[in-house]
Formats: sequence, C-alpha cells, structure tokens
Amino acid sequence: MSNKEWPLWEVFIRAKQGLNHKHVGSLHAADVQMAIENARDVYTRRMEGVSIWVVESKNLHANEPSQQDELFDPANDKIYRHPTFYILPEELNHM
Amino acid sequence: MAEKDLLYNYSLHLADNSMILGQRCGEWCGHGPVLEQDIALTNIALDLIGEARSLYQLAAELKGGNANEDTVAFLRDVLAYKNILLVEQPNTDWAYTIVRQFFYDVFHFYLHSELINSAEPRLSNIAAKSLKEVTYHLKWSSEWMIRLGDGTDMSREKMQEAVNGLWEYTGELYMPSDIEEQAFEAGFAPDLNILKPLWQEKVEDILAESTLYIPERNYQQKGGKKGFHSEHLGFILADMQFLQRAYPGANW
Repeated sequence: MSNKEWPLWEVFIRAKQGLNHKHVGSLHAADVQMAIENARDVYTRRMEGVSIWVVESKNLHANEPSQQDELFDPANDKIYRHPTFYILPEELNHM
Repeated sequence: MAEKDLLYNYSLHLADNSMILGQRCGEWCGHGPVLEQDIALTNIALDLIGEARSLYQLAAELKGGNANEDTVAFLRDVLAYKNILLVEQPNTDWAYTIVRQFFYDVFHFYLHSELINSAEPRLSNIAAKSLKEVTYHLKWSSEWMIRLGDGTDMSREKMQEAVNGLWEYTGELYMPSDIEEQAFEAGFAPDLNILKPLWQEKVEDILAESTLYIPERNYQQKGGKKGFHSEHLGFILADMQFLQRAYPGANW
C-alpha cells in the first residue's frame, strides 16, 4: 500500500458577486476535481461562497522573508503615493 | 387505505430510507480516512437526515394528536421501520460505504426527479429541495466508484468485493410494496417500473467506467419495506433511540 500523501492545495473563495476571491485555507486532494469538491465540503458549508478557486500549493511562490528590508521598507516614507493630498468636493463623501 | 393513511405510510417509508442511511454515514464522523472526506460524508449524512426530518414532520402532521417528528423517528421499533435493507447494511470499510451510497444515490436521484411532479405538493416541495443535494451526492459517490474501481489492484479488489456483497440488496429498490403501488395509483408516487431501467443504465455505465462488474449470482433479498429487517437495524435503532427512550422528551 502506498503511503504517498495527497498534494496540498490552497483554497480561494469569492463570498459574493463583485468581491475578490480570498484565501481561506488549504486542504489535501488527489487532483483538481477532488480539490474543488473538498473545498466545497470543507469551506462553503455555511454559505461562505459563490465561487471556488484552488491552486496546488507548490505553484504558489512567495518572497524570501530575508528580503523584508529591501522589498518593503522603502515604501515607508513615500507618503505622496497615497491619494490624500487632494481636496475632494463635499458630495464625494464616500471616497 | 384512506388517502391520509397512505400518504403517512409512504412518507415514513421515504423518511426511514434517508434516516437510516444518514445514521450510517454519520457513524463515519471523526473516523473518515482523511479530514476532507470525513466532512464530505457527514455533510451527506446531514442532508439525508434533513430530508428525513421534513418527511417525518409531514408524517406527524398527518398522524395528528401528540405526534411530532421526534416521536415518529424515535419511538417506533424495528418492525415499524419501512426502510430498504440496503441502507441498513454496515459501513464495513470505505469501499462498502461508497458502493452502498452509490447504489442508493442513483435511486434517490431518479426518485426525486420524478417525485417533484407528485400530485401531493408537500412531497414535491421536499423532493425539489432534496434533488439539488442528491445531485451532488450522486456526483460524489460516482467519482469515488471510478477513482477506486479504476484505481490500484487493491482498491479495485475491495470495490468489487463491496459490489458483490451489496448487489443482493439492490433488487428491493424496485420491488414495490403495497404502499408504493397504491401511492402510485393515487398519483403522488412515481412508478418504480419507470425508475428501474434508468437506475440500471446509470449503474452499468458507472460500473463499466470503474472497471467493475455486476456479479453473476443474482439472488435478491427483500423484506425491509414490510418491516422484516436484518439484525443490523436493531443495533442502529438502539444507538439512535437510546436518548429518547432513556429520557423521554429530552431536548437541546
């Protein structure tokens, strides 16, 4: 008997039309079909979603945690990148 | 039989099938082979028990008096249960669980596909709600049939053993009881003769895709619909009814 583990998948759920898919967790499944169905059974039992994406975890690539300084710190003092220097008309109070 | 009694008995028969299979699937809770399938199977269990609840509520309403869904489900003994023998068969292993589920899902799917046209609106409403759930159950069990049947030598062997072991309980699906015949004549139950070839075709298709075959020995068990059950049902009811028997009227 093979003891090979099923591969790991990351699950993304769209809560309702118009919203983005959000990462909700991961699970094991033998293939794409099973991954989508497992995601349905594990992550949408309480009406959490209207759409499911699954990606095999090995296909997700992350930055190196050791590069934290060079990647993220330089944005720290670039306050002009935020659109906060415009004076908006009163009517646009939901911006 | 008066129409009310007939509808009562027919609803009970449908409810008992779903209740007992739901109870069987529920036995896997916490014991599934992997977490994902543990949840998948208990979801199915809850769908089945949910359907049974709706039907027991209908039965209790028809019975009147102090009857409610709990008294109907928990205070009847083995002989009064009208489920088919297939659904009370033990889980045994994952292969038996899948094959039992598959044989029932195919039946359940075609039953509800017809029952949504029932002349009795309370039945057709329940069928309409359940049909969506059952469509998923059938997809789930069909995929496991194929995955394990057409899998490794060991998985095929286990699946074929389960098919051989459970085949003798499939004939009862289409041996109509007096209740089913009268319910069909009264217009609120489907004709089992119409469902049978649909079931056979689907089962043959999926078995072929699963590289499994129907056993040659074709002796068929019967009796569940009349209340003559295997020894297993008594144990299921003992487990299921203990609380209501020991603490009558107990509530959450």
